[in-house]
Amino acid sequence: MALGDDALVLSHRLGEWAGHAPVLEEEVALANIALDLLGQARVLLSLVGDEDELAYLREERAFRNVQLVEQPNGDFAHTIARQLYFSTYQQLLYAQLAGTGSEFAPLAAKAVKEVVYHQDHARQWTLRLGDGTEESHTRMQRAVDSLWRYTGEMFQPVPGLDINPQGLQTSWTTIVADTLQEATLTVPEGPQLGAWSAGAGRQGVHTESFGRMLAEMQHLHRSHPGASW
Amino acid sequence: MATATPQHRAAGARPDNTDGTAEPGDAAFQAVFDAAVAGEERIEPRDWMPDAYRATLVRQIAQHAHSEIIGMQPEANWITRAPSLRRKAILMAKVQDEAGHGLYLYGAAETLGTGRDELLDKLHSGRQKYSSIFNYPTLTWADVGAIGWLVDGAAITNQVPLCRCSYGPYARAMVRICKEESFHQRQGYELLLALSRGTEAQHAMAQDAVDRWWWPSLMMFGPPDDESAHSAQSMEWKIKRHSNDELRQRFVDICVPQAESLGLTLPDPELKWNEERGQHDFGPIDWSEFKAVLKGNGPCNEQRITQRRRAHDEGAWVREAAAAHAAKHSTTATREGRAA
Repeated sequence: MALGDDALVLSHRLGEWAGHAPVLEEEVALANIALDLLGQARVLLSLVGDEDELAYLREERAFRNVQLVEQPNGDFAHTIARQLYFSTYQQLLYAQLAGTGSEFAPLAAKAVKEVVYHQDHARQWTLRLGDGTEESHTRMQRAVDSLWRYTGEMFQPVPGLDINPQGLQTSWTTIVADTLQEATLTVPEGPQLGAWSAGAGRQGVHTESFGRMLAEMQHLHRSHPGASW
Repeated sequence: MATATPQHRAAGARPDNTDGTAEPGDAAFQAVFDAAVAGEERIEPRDWMPDAYRATLVRQIAQHAHSEIIGMQPEANWITRAPSLRRKAILMAKVQDEAGHGLYLYGAAETLGTGRDELLDKLHSGRQKYSSIFNYPTLTWADVGAIGWLVDGAAITNQVPLCRCSYGPYARAMVRICKEESFHQRQGYELLLALSRGTEAQHAMAQDAVDRWWWPSLMMFGPPDDESAHSAQSMEWKIKRHSNDELRQRFVDICVPQAESLGLTLPDPELKWNEERGQHDFGPIDWSEFKAVLKGNGPCNEQRITQRRRAHDEGAWVREAAAAHAAKHSTTATREGRAA
């Protein structure tokens, strides 16, 4: 469910870009990534129960996504930094899961191809923005720095998931640091976990903007109890 | 991308003639062009074409591309509120397709010697238009279905004949676009059907949406034939194949039985089958509303164009970054190439 919530929530955030992207090609790309993630979320949530019940009728405290994915879009650099951090994690995670005998293995094997594309898209934009103009460099650095404290949560053990979080973190840090350096950006040095946020999303403790996001997402479904769409 | 002006024209320093009359030197080219159009051959980017033909196509294709881009907004308005994950996925895919259609169409317009930036600039400054239908608001979820069924339905009725349009790149773009549009239209119909057969509140929501979108959809076919400025010339050039009123009639005849099977009514008391004509009679369209919307006084004109401009302006630093990055890397590559 934790992985399903990650995909569901990030997909929703990316969906908010529709009609607002800086170039037409990015309308297509961001929607494409959002759709892939929504597809993953639907499969993952269906393993647990009814996808719509889980998406639309749980309250904030029952969601298990990491706080990183619920962070508001901000500017394009912010969205890209969030995507770089998360897609790199997902790529490593799914690659590990695909090799296990768990129930997630078939999904992971299929999704890893999508995620490789997402990671590449985020990496290419990190390079363009980091090593673009002075303004884009400043914005990208700011985004990378401000989201850094939400990255540690991805490497907390998740109950029921047979993975090696330490190994994941080591590979993740290498890949992200290489990309940031190539983009002429400074790798953040601050803590990857805030005092308050340690593993919090996975336990249903979220940031303030998340409740508002859910209110919008769930409003129509909740207004018509029992209706089918 | 093909160059704007064919080689044999680029050499001559003749002034552009925009009224479509061929100059004496062009007579031979004009004859070849006329014969090609008459023979149902496709005109391609490097072929000679009358300046007015080129200008008409640029205007029409650009307006079509702009409509796809602005048309994302009323539907994207519901992405974050879609009531089920399945519907959300369908809607996201649709909005993504529209961006893709915009890209094909700007590509087709570019073969006529204009650029996407120039066209977007004309959209943003109001010098080029987009379909008036997108100036109406999406107030409920059912509007997403009504847009799919009626707006996409009207678009298809208009666009299928464009697959045989005399200008090759436009005709080919339309083949791809029509396939996806008819898929969207079926999805819209299916969305409305689910609502119509759902709870009382859902049924009412569907009926209300159809009531609000019906007349604006009929206006999508443009002014009546006797008031349509470009029709005759466009039909002669085989850009257009049927008149506005013909297509509108065809659309009404298609929609009536579909509305019936949806279990919804169309908001026109004068709508009824005419045995003699073998077509439906329908009530008069409020052309004053149409003109007001075209002039910029529809419910959402201001909002749509403001959002489009804002997305463009706020994205400027991103496009500049991409250009700066590409420039740095091409110089690096050149330098390395020279060193080696």
